[in-house]
Amino acid sequence: MQPQVILNEKQVDLTLRRLCYQLIENHNDFTNTILIGFQPRGIFVLERLKIKLEKILNHPIQCGNIDITFHRDDFRRRERPIIPSVTNIDFDIENRNIVLVDDVLHTGRTIRSGLDALLAFGRPKKVELLTLIDRRFQRDLPIQANYIGFTVDTLISEKVSVEWKETDGKDQVFLFTPIESNE
Amino acid sequence: MEKTKYFFLHQLNRMNNLSIQHLTGIKDLTPEDIEIIFKTTDSFKQVINRPIKKVPSLRDITVANLFFENSTRTKLSFELAEKRLSSDVINFSSSSSSVKKGETLLDTVNNILSMKIDMVVIRHPNPGAALYLSKRINATVINAGDGAHEHPTQALLDAYSIREKLGSVSGKKVVIVGDILHSRVALSNIYCLQKLGAEVMVCGPTTLIPKYINELGVQVSHNLREALEWCDVANMLRIQLERQEISFFPSFREYTMQFGLTKEILDSLSKKIIIMHPGPINRGVEISSDVADSSQSIILNQVENGVAVRMAVIYLLAAKIER
Repeated sequence: MQPQVILNEKQVDLTLRRLCYQLIENHNDFTNTILIGFQPRGIFVLERLKIKLEKILNHPIQCGNIDITFHRDDFRRRERPIIPSVTNIDFDIENRNIVLVDDVLHTGRTIRSGLDALLAFGRPKKVELLTLIDRRFQRDLPIQANYIGFTVDTLISEKVSVEWKETDGKDQVFLFTPIESNE
Repeated sequence: MEKTKYFFLHQLNRMNNLSIQHLTGIKDLTPEDIEIIFKTTDSFKQVINRPIKKVPSLRDITVANLFFENSTRTKLSFELAEKRLSSDVINFSSSSSSVKKGETLLDTVNNILSMKIDMVVIRHPNPGAALYLSKRINATVINAGDGAHEHPTQALLDAYSIREKLGSVSGKKVVIVGDILHSRVALSNIYCLQKLGAEVMVCGPTTLIPKYINELGVQVSHNLREALEWCDVANMLRIQLERQEISFFPSFREYTMQFGLTKEILDSLSKKIIIMHPGPINRGVEISSDVADSSQSIILNQVENGVAVRMAVIYLLAAKIER
């Protein structure tokens, strides 16, 4: 079947803009706040937020990327290992406010690994989570996001795919439903 | 379902698998394997430069380091790599064990394996020891040097260090100087560098160059200056006295005069070459102190990269262990 568009290009832009203002509400001018994107797909959300936030605030904000490959709990449970991406945290996170940024919040396992990976760099004052898409009712772990772009109720057999201009030609979010469960 | 497949592609692109189950020698690796190991090494290098240099990936793996031959660097490097991946480590060295009481290699190893070991790192004076074990035991085997045969992780870290310093290995000219005949580092390096597209030359006294080395597709030189003028990288090897039962050259002094690398020779070359050494260094024999400590030497980078490369090898092979 045809994939269903959950958010089109314009809606993605609007949603990200709303998330920016929500972030500013809680973090003022971002002097003590760092945004950290998850590799490999969360960094696209982060890049867009960064551009928008800097435009609104009129000054640069600190950002980094984190790769969680070595902290995953499914090592040796999948057929092939994942080749890691780059972690880019060349600043001190001690006593800073961290906002973790990812595209889709699903089981919560990525976030669990991310927290683990993050704490190897120091002891932040506070860690929050921002996600573009929240797949509600699909959590394996007790993890919730502080900032949510869009919430979807999905079956476990369904897939949510976030596409970006850089890799897929257009910013948009799809929901794929397998044929069997659609009948 | 067809359409749902494609959006996993970005994940699939990032997944990779080695073609091997055990690392017994570079000879069995494909160039793609080496590239996967190097990419993973890049990430582990980042990890070991963090405040907390440890990741939890191998929490459920136990590794036995079996050293039937002396070693400092390799043993420490492997142990550190294993610990930084959070695996449990047990160490064994033959000097303080029942091997002295006449136990066979297979018996020793099987006894250790009955303690539920997942992976074995082995160094042994006999060529083929790692391969022999890999065919007989139910654990992943990593060769940490088998006699004068292979020392795969050393070759990988040497090639990785060249790649790090010069950007790539392909098209580079590397000369290996010294005791080629008794060196496992030389053989593994030749295989590894050639697989990555480098040109290799060996240089040393006629008695220390194996007779059929040409069949490996390497050039041979008996003149150090000529070899150094040709190369981008010089890998200086130690004279392996422990493997020499007869005299292969009249004296160390004569060897040093002909094949010892001094600052004078290095400075007189038309370009700046990179100096490597797998260690242990015999200062004043194959390499003079001022060369070993010069800015052109990447000997200590090799040691640092050794931990990261071994982490990558252990990580990628551990991924293939069935639960």
